[in-house]
Amino acid sequence: MELGFRNIHAFVSGILPDGLEWIAFSISGIFLALVVINALVGVAALYTWFERRVLGRFQSRLGPNRWGPFGLLQPLADIIKLITKEDISPNSADRIVSTLAPIALLVPAFLVFAIIPFGTNSFLGDLNVGVLFIMGVTGMNTFGIFMGGWGSRNKYAMLGAMRGVAMLVSYEVPMALALAGAVLLAGSLSLSGIVASQTLPFLIVQPLGFLVFIIAASAEMSRAPFDMIEAESELTGGYHTEFSGIKFAIFQLAEFMAPLVTAAILTVVFLGGSRGPDLIPGQVWFILKALAATFLLLWIRATWPRLRVDQIMGFAWKGLFPLALLNIFLIAAEIQFFQSGGIEPIGVSTLLIMSGINWLVTGIAIYILANVLGQPSLQPKKPVPSPLANMYAEAE
Amino acid sequence: MPIRTEPVTINLGPQHPSTHGVFRLRVTFDGEEVIDLEPVFGYLHRGTEKLAEERTYTQIVTLTDRLDYESAMSNNLGYVTALEKLGGIEVPERAMYLRVISVELQRIASHLVFTGFFLQELGTFVTMLMYCFRERERILDLFEMLCGARITVSYMRPGGLTQDAPSDFWPALNDFLEDMPGYIDELEELITRNEIVLSRTRDVGVLDPEVAIDASISGPILRASGVQWDLRKADPYEIYSEMDFEIPIGATGDCFDRYIVRLQEMRESVKIIKQCVDKIPDGTVKTDGAFFMRPPEGDAYGCVEAPRGELGFYIVSDGGISPYRCKIRSPSFINTTMLRDMIVGGKMSDLIVIFGSLAVNMGEVDR
Repeated sequence: MELGFRNIHAFVSGILPDGLEWIAFSISGIFLALVVINALVGVAALYTWFERRVLGRFQSRLGPNRWGPFGLLQPLADIIKLITKEDISPNSADRIVSTLAPIALLVPAFLVFAIIPFGTNSFLGDLNVGVLFIMGVTGMNTFGIFMGGWGSRNKYAMLGAMRGVAMLVSYEVPMALALAGAVLLAGSLSLSGIVASQTLPFLIVQPLGFLVFIIAASAEMSRAPFDMIEAESELTGGYHTEFSGIKFAIFQLAEFMAPLVTAAILTVVFLGGSRGPDLIPGQVWFILKALAATFLLLWIRATWPRLRVDQIMGFAWKGLFPLALLNIFLIAAEIQFFQSGGIEPIGVSTLLIMSGINWLVTGIAIYILANVLGQPSLQPKKPVPSPLANMYAEAE
Repeated sequence: MPIRTEPVTINLGPQHPSTHGVFRLRVTFDGEEVIDLEPVFGYLHRGTEKLAEERTYTQIVTLTDRLDYESAMSNNLGYVTALEKLGGIEVPERAMYLRVISVELQRIASHLVFTGFFLQELGTFVTMLMYCFRERERILDLFEMLCGARITVSYMRPGGLTQDAPSDFWPALNDFLEDMPGYIDELEELITRNEIVLSRTRDVGVLDPEVAIDASISGPILRASGVQWDLRKADPYEIYSEMDFEIPIGATGDCFDRYIVRLQEMRESVKIIKQCVDKIPDGTVKTDGAFFMRPPEGDAYGCVEAPRGELGFYIVSDGGISPYRCKIRSPSFINTTMLRDMIVGGKMSDLIVIFGSLAVNMGEVDR
């Protein structure tokens, strides 16, 4: 039996007396939501193991390997530890706000998964405004971070939260514009529509959009090189400095959900979602692509230092914003040129021509931007010994 | 509508991930910008100078290990240099070579720790730290062969060393010397041309040579400002006068120069050790002397180029078995004096990077 809303609904309304349709409807809805949420929490727990192992490899160490085979039970041990810890909050903290903060951060991550099409028919809901929904919901995590920083009445947390709000709001703009390119190409705001139109993955068709999106997304989930919200070496823990116990666990869960959400959106919008050769089912394709995307995000995290606050903001407005605009302009012009008024989906050969142009323009644009934004003063200078204590000069 | 704002004062430390021990900075921020800063010392004060007055001359060697625990060998050398000046003790030549080898190994280890933590403070999540510690581990293994200890070595004694190097030390050292230039190249490839590292460290925390000299700053920080001053060349001790090596200097005196100077110093250290291995003579490594030394009445100042700068010991003897006074000139403490001038006006992230680029070791600041 396929696990779907329709089947459960039919089963439940079969055993219920007539006139109670709404109960059957709610039960099946709640049941499916429960399944997805629990599966996600489980996947997030497994993902923490994956992240720590992969990071360990990057850092020439082993990562967790004590609990269970290959350390697979490590997330369980961590969760037990975090749940059994005392939940401390400072005396002067704003109790209500600081209690709500972890929830406000976690809920948007779950909400996004409500509309992600894991396969051709595997999704909770298919919104016809899916991309708008994603932008709106992921924008919500700004509230969670600011509530955490404000509610805990800690100066580090406050600084982190202030940085966070400034950064998250700025990076939403290039992120939305990058998604707009995909929407233009697909001619649909619905995520399954976008997947269906990717006869060629949009990563190949619009590399610029992919690049802008992945950079903006790593800022949105405040990962290196944009991890200044937490910035362990500067702010000790950023907005979650004062949290412990279950609240901290939820913050961590939300933090580990963020790359999963990003990878899911990335897979759907740029990597062709569940599309792939029929050898393996679409759901497996989806998971494989999402794993590859998380690995890419981890790779970035493991290797890059952090940017400074002003550099991060400057990069958003001077670097990513023009690139995203250029991408939209390019895609729109190409569609206008190749599609000439029709509404039929764009063919593979046309997409290939478009991708050729786009790769060329991407290369040129990045080269120009790097030279405009790049600072020649950063290049090493030749050291000249100061005459003040130059013993060689004296000796000669 | 004008928004009312006010500066915020934050205590960075004593417990903070980037304070290299227990150091406290009372910082006043205007948003992200630092407008005032006041360092507070003393959280790691263990009274080393006072303790030294209660110990015999040989026992004090163990105290010096704990000053700058990342470069115990150099501390040992600084102390015994002063003591040998005071007592007029001759050191066998083989001991001098072994001392130079171990001190230069320590310099490499210390600079590796610096590089790792510097990148950690720039925000690479532990990656560079692990890379640097992987190499440092091999040096610590070499120290273990020499004296049985890895961090607090207590390897040197007035008039020589505790023991000669075991026979398997030399092949291990040669292996290490083979690999080390490759390691440094790897670090350089990973870090030096990285755009983010450059934009975070270039022209940040600039220290002019005049100011650096006036503040009596020493070591890699002084050399990064372009002042070619190294005690190993300026006032050669042990056998440095026979060694052929360069003194790397920086161009502008910013944080990046402080990093690149240290990286180049590691290469020079490898060069020095190679020469030592080639030239080392046979013979004994210790001189016979009473366990309870009684140097003649008087005073002496001995200083060496420790990884962090000029490390000096001023010992006053009253003819007894323990010094009357033992004053330590610790480079970390004096190098932090310019902290406020370098940081004020920068951003919070700059503060962490500048403080990290000084490579302060708190064990040395609070003696």
